[in-house]
Amino acid sequence: MASGQQWVLVEMVQAFYEAPAYHLILEGILILWIIRLLFSKTYKLQERFDLTEKEKEELIEEWQPEPLVPPVSKDHPTLKYDIVTGPPSHKIIVNGKECFNFASFNFLGLLDNERVKKQALASLKKYGVGTCGPRGFYGTFDVHLELEDRLAKFMRTEEAIIYSYGFATIASAIPAYSKRGDIVFVDEAACFSIQKGLQASRSFLKYFRHNDMEDLERLLKEQELEDQKNPRKARVIRRFIVVEGLYINTGDVCPLPELVQLKYKYKVRIFLEESMSFGVLGEHGRGVTEHFGVNIDDIDLISANMENAVASVGGFCCGRSFVIDHQRLSGQGYCFSASLPPMLAAAAIEALNIMEEDPEIFTILKGKCRHVHKALQGIPGLKVVGESFTPALHLQLEKGSGSRDTDVKTLRSIVEYCLDRQIALTQARYLEKEEKFLPPPTIRVVVTVEQTEEEIDKAVHSIREAALAILN
Amino acid sequence: MTESSANKSANGEVCHRATNGIKPGRNGFVKNHYLYQQQQQKYCCPEEKVHHATCNGGLYSRPFNESFEETPMLVAVLTYMGYGILTIFGYLRDFMREWKIEKCHIAREREEQRDFVPLYQDFENFYTRNLYMRIRDSWNRPICSVPGAKVDLVERVSHDYNWTFDYTGRVVKDVINMGSYNYLGFAENTGVCAEAAAKVTTKYGVGVSSTRQEMGNLDRHEEMEKLVARFLGVESAMAFGMGFATNSMNIPALAGKGCLILSDELNHASLVLGARLSGSTIRVFKHNNMQSLEKLLRDAIVHGQPRTHRPWKKILILVEGIYSMEGSIVRLPEVIALKKKYKAYLYLDEAHSIGALGLNGRGVVDYFGLDPRDVDIMMGTFTKSFGGAGGYIGGKKELIDYLCTHSHSAVYATSMSPPVVEQIITSMKCIMGEDGTTVGRDRIRQLAENTTYFRRELHEMGFIIYGNNDSPVVPMMLYMPAKIGAFGREMLKRNIGVVVVGFPATPIIESRARFCISAAHTKEMLDTALSAISEVGDLLQVKYSRHRILPSLDRPFDETTYEENED
Repeated sequence: MASGQQWVLVEMVQAFYEAPAYHLILEGILILWIIRLLFSKTYKLQERFDLTEKEKEELIEEWQPEPLVPPVSKDHPTLKYDIVTGPPSHKIIVNGKECFNFASFNFLGLLDNERVKKQALASLKKYGVGTCGPRGFYGTFDVHLELEDRLAKFMRTEEAIIYSYGFATIASAIPAYSKRGDIVFVDEAACFSIQKGLQASRSFLKYFRHNDMEDLERLLKEQELEDQKNPRKARVIRRFIVVEGLYINTGDVCPLPELVQLKYKYKVRIFLEESMSFGVLGEHGRGVTEHFGVNIDDIDLISANMENAVASVGGFCCGRSFVIDHQRLSGQGYCFSASLPPMLAAAAIEALNIMEEDPEIFTILKGKCRHVHKALQGIPGLKVVGESFTPALHLQLEKGSGSRDTDVKTLRSIVEYCLDRQIALTQARYLEKEEKFLPPPTIRVVVTVEQTEEEIDKAVHSIREAALAILN
Repeated sequence: MTESSANKSANGEVCHRATNGIKPGRNGFVKNHYLYQQQQQKYCCPEEKVHHATCNGGLYSRPFNESFEETPMLVAVLTYMGYGILTIFGYLRDFMREWKIEKCHIAREREEQRDFVPLYQDFENFYTRNLYMRIRDSWNRPICSVPGAKVDLVERVSHDYNWTFDYTGRVVKDVINMGSYNYLGFAENTGVCAEAAAKVTTKYGVGVSSTRQEMGNLDRHEEMEKLVARFLGVESAMAFGMGFATNSMNIPALAGKGCLILSDELNHASLVLGARLSGSTIRVFKHNNMQSLEKLLRDAIVHGQPRTHRPWKKILILVEGIYSMEGSIVRLPEVIALKKKYKAYLYLDEAHSIGALGLNGRGVVDYFGLDPRDVDIMMGTFTKSFGGAGGYIGGKKELIDYLCTHSHSAVYATSMSPPVVEQIITSMKCIMGEDGTTVGRDRIRQLAENTTYFRRELHEMGFIIYGNNDSPVVPMMLYMPAKIGAFGREMLKRNIGVVVVGFPATPIIESRARFCISAAHTKEMLDTALSAISEVGDLLQVKYSRHRILPSLDRPFDETTYEENED
């Protein structure tokens, strides 16, 4: 040991002897105090929360949950549905009144097509109704494989996959690819099933203004700057643009060529929901890609339902095998749900046959759409929302009253007025609290190939009369 | 240590679940073993025994026998080794594919999009590429007939180790179908149901092309809903086009932020998705374990919401009637007692149990002889027992009124196809005996007999089978990954179609085969199937069971197992 240290020790002992007693006592107390502080808990966490059994019982006794569901007022506009007696085809009986149908999305009139019914019946005779299992467990029928094959051929893609429910198609497809941490650029007007799919994916959502490519590019640029800051993270964040071909909520079409340009510029994948445009747009009814002459391989995934133009039930996704095949194990609505009843698949195949044999039908539909669109212009108090070639238009109040409920009631009286004059219309329904961007209340006008000029004129006339009687 | 083997096995089961259920990837057998011992020691004290003997006394009108025999240690070790070897070979082959030594069949990204962020992470598909692909032929087998007691399969072969399939054009005739959920045998192409459906197809067509709230509410839908309500014994009911969506689209309408959902750990994906979409807080209790549920309920009410400590707005318990992978039946009398005591709401998913359980085929409520009004939300599907498609929700009138106006499905999804609706109406009337025959009642009885017979025989052969003695879903344990594919193929060779399942549908070591018994199976069919199963069982050595007389299972609960679950 060094002598210096020894010296210090001696000094300390010396100091101890020399120190006054009160000083030593004080220091002793201080040391004891420190020891106490070290070994005692400053506060008792446990004490604050530990309730006795009796207190717990009291709390449990005291707790009153909210009712399972809030009461629904008797005059809620959607509590009583309109009842359709008999088939929902061109001529339809709504609430006991026989009408011409301007409300069902039966664009090509295939719902009561004899050929379709015949194939459905043949299939029923062979397979029965239900499938009694998901695709994985003996729920795959040869008809399903055929339908998938036919859809892929029809759309000229590598592969197609069918779902048993239209709504579940895009809602399952999105979360199969886009996960937590990924970024989705989505149009504000996107339909509800897209919104649900996005919610299930738990991805980071960036909404751009409806059909506003500048706004989208602004967001993409923002993201690009963000990526430059953190290039390592950027390498694993997947990006998607989700748009609809023909928007069900606004009746207009997405600017696909611009979107494809942006896709390659910013390296984002495009998911396209074509429920309204499949079997409607394009020379052969292939939808919005054909409408714009865009190469279908430039779109990463196309999803559509077979419930509108095809007039069956279910939905499908198509695209390259690299993309689509993934859903066979990751698409929740595909894996965990019973497969599509074979008779509905058979009906869809026959509908595809009809569409392939007679592409003229799409030209006729477009002609009718233009006619209706033109005829509906200039009705006082109502404005037409939607492109001239879209078969599902919206009629919106030119001047809203400011209260949604009042507007809905006004529109309802127009619908009732038309119902009495043999024209079946319906309002577009939304869940007001659930929609991210709630569209204004509107009446749907659906154009189908079965409607004759006369019927269209009659419908337009009734709507005009109703508007004059009710809005003025 | 004078406890009977019954309790030991029950204990083993509990620890087993504790590690398996939540984190399938991390379930070390070593840990199981450790817990097992710990519990055995605990079990020496008599209070524990009394406690679990009384906890379900008096509530059950009939014996409730459910068994989950413990995985034999050697089997578990071998299973892990199997996965280990598969993984090593998987990496080896991935390496060879990378260096183009092995031909690569995987679909590739487009050349134009090579510089995009990859759509899949490489490890994401490791399992699919290297494990699933080897035995892919056991799933998605296409059929070309009614999915009844016997089916015709489309023959397919693969020349590139299951990457692609070629159809030979031949048909494998009369395969005994042990896979379809055709419990009451209503998957038929003849008879009253098919005739009625055909008539409706001719009149209505197959589509609707509109939603319920817009122009798609047909008179047939209204009739079906009234019938469903009567069948279930509830005030009102509503039907939806897809069973999966019934859960995933209606739970968000019932619960939201500030609500608590207590969900069984083995609930179906649709319930899990629905709970997630609702935005509520979700807590998971151990499978069918009432002590675990009660603890969660107590804690929830006493402590309120995390951080804010506000009381929960409401608590919703999600359970299934029959669990489709375990074959277990929910302990409904106890759940109802708890739900009443703690004022929670009960959502019962009867996807597999409706039609298949109970003297009148009215599901698990009927099976236990309970009052359907005690269940707040009665949910079920039409796919299985009724041979249709879609799902329903039944309950009080206020509930259904609310769903009419707020269900996502009613507002945005196309309504059900009329022939499917007709199939449901006809088959349901048949089950209720309203068609004037006893066909429905006979089928229910037949199903119960078939179930008892099949389960007993399998058990006597020495297989480990899971679940309740009365459940028509019969999972039989295979454990090892190699046996999954082998069992499926060997059974098909003997003209029997079975379902085999492995991870991720089950915990990683608990791969199994699953048989679904149907009223349409004749005794001869079951005997043929049983002798084939026994033969293949000997061949593959899957007769693992170490005790022939199964103990009745009361799953005890203790803190240690619960804590496992918490983290």
